[in-house]
Amino acid sequence: MAVDTADQKVAPAGARVRRTRTGKELIYRHSLLVRLTHWLNVLFILVLLMSGLQIFNAHAMLHWGIKGDEADPAILSIYAEDQVEGPPIGWLQIGSAKFNTTGWLGVFRDRDGFLSGRAFPWWVTLPSYQSLAEGRRWHFFFAWLFALNGLAYLVYGFAARHFQRDLAPTGVDWRGIGRSIVDHLKFKHPRGDEAKRYNVLQKLTYIAVVFILLPLMILTGISMSPGIDSMATWLPDLFGGRQSARTIHFIAASLIVLFVIVHVLEVLLAGVFNEMRSMITGWFAVKPEKGTKP
Amino acid sequence: MKRELITRRAAVLGTMSAGGLILAGCDKLGQNQTFAKVLEGSEKLNLTGQRLVLSSSAPLAREYSTSDISRVFKANGTIRPDGDEYRNLALTQFANWRLKIDGLVMKPVSFSLEELKAMPSRTQITRHDCVEGWSAIGQWTGVQLSYLLNQAQLKPNAKYLVFRCADDLLMSQDGSGLYYESIDMVDAFHPQTIMAYAMNGQTLPIEHGAPLRLRVERQLGYKMAKYVMQIQAVDDFSKIGLGKGGFWEDRGYEWYAGI
Repeated sequence: MAVDTADQKVAPAGARVRRTRTGKELIYRHSLLVRLTHWLNVLFILVLLMSGLQIFNAHAMLHWGIKGDEADPAILSIYAEDQVEGPPIGWLQIGSAKFNTTGWLGVFRDRDGFLSGRAFPWWVTLPSYQSLAEGRRWHFFFAWLFALNGLAYLVYGFAARHFQRDLAPTGVDWRGIGRSIVDHLKFKHPRGDEAKRYNVLQKLTYIAVVFILLPLMILTGISMSPGIDSMATWLPDLFGGRQSARTIHFIAASLIVLFVIVHVLEVLLAGVFNEMRSMITGWFAVKPEKGTKP
Repeated sequence: MKRELITRRAAVLGTMSAGGLILAGCDKLGQNQTFAKVLEGSEKLNLTGQRLVLSSSAPLAREYSTSDISRVFKANGTIRPDGDEYRNLALTQFANWRLKIDGLVMKPVSFSLEELKAMPSRTQITRHDCVEGWSAIGQWTGVQLSYLLNQAQLKPNAKYLVFRCADDLLMSQDGSGLYYESIDMVDAFHPQTIMAYAMNGQTLPIEHGAPLRLRVERQLGYKMAKYVMQIQAVDDFSKIGLGKGGFWEDRGYEWYAGI
């Protein structure tokens, strides 16, 4: 492997660097464990999300507090309203605001073209037909895989100093936060040395997802278990009760979906081939600074 | 200019049909016996994991105050069993009803509602978590199951208790839709496991399981059989119903409903 010693001075400490035949600079950006846990997470979170929506459909309401059923006020509810004439209407209600979501939520055509009165449509639930029992089996099995995968990632992240080295914002990062926001708004992606590390908004987002959002999913998830609640009564209390925990579970899942949308969008904007290569093989091509020849 | 090999339209349509195929594949996979067995593996993990901490004596499920009680407690499943036998029992306020305890016991016994009410009672305000996702809080009064089991004296090989109920959720003619449930001895001897005859200070209403329902406070609602007629001690439930230990278990739900 041709290692350019000059480049090692600017590359992050310990980073491996090489050049392609065309002279492009490649850095070894993602370790095997990070790549592996990342792609497993893609699969696990997709299954958890879709089976989670199946479970949600069994009681398409969110409440706040220790208790809540159909007779209690809901923060959010999705339902079908039968009409005297014509097909039913699907409603999404958030607080006191009501949105007609016929075709998408509440009422939709199922796979065979028949009108169905469930909350989330068949193409986002697992299984695609209504089955709380099967949804729960998928969900709990993949929840274990997700937790073990996350644990492996966390142990590695600290032990290999991946978090300390790559995710912790530096003083320079904090001072450059204003410029980073402007760069993001202009869809401007860093080049040269700056492209070798995560930018500050990226770091903060990853930290929020890794250390807040994903652990929150597990904690709010197990807060819904009556068995676990009996051994740790403080756990649902932490979120304001079992029904609040269920609501936060749903909100945090929605934030993960939002993160994935932005994350994938950024990958597309930053160069899908290079980003995918780096997440699959580890090697990331650094775009040269503007005005310099590679 | 790069020539577009894949148009946006084709990409979107391709992604959608690929997604549809994957979904159909997942549906099939979920119904595959071997794969279903793999998924069910998590139930054993949940049971084993929770039972490291949950014993027959502790911990207790959180008990709430009277101000937390739900104004409307949703009645789920059967709200009035069919059949002449139950109707006749209800007409006389269950004066002729008796709870039978038999199976693997030294002394098969049966108790009338009056006899149960004369026994030492326990009252608890607990949260009822339905598998569907909702929770309601209610006050339950009844006899501790352990008290009843001590009267009947379990044989050493008794591993489970099967609760036979009066309601037929499928309204079947042959009784194949009769509700039943089962728990093991860890939950059976837990202090909060009671056979409740009163709810919120009133006689247990029919929609909530009159004359007697089970409360197993560290598990989900479907374990808490209503309209209980008989408690059977067994060493194995694989020959009962479809063999999974309960009405909903036979229809794909977990036997251990602690999660």
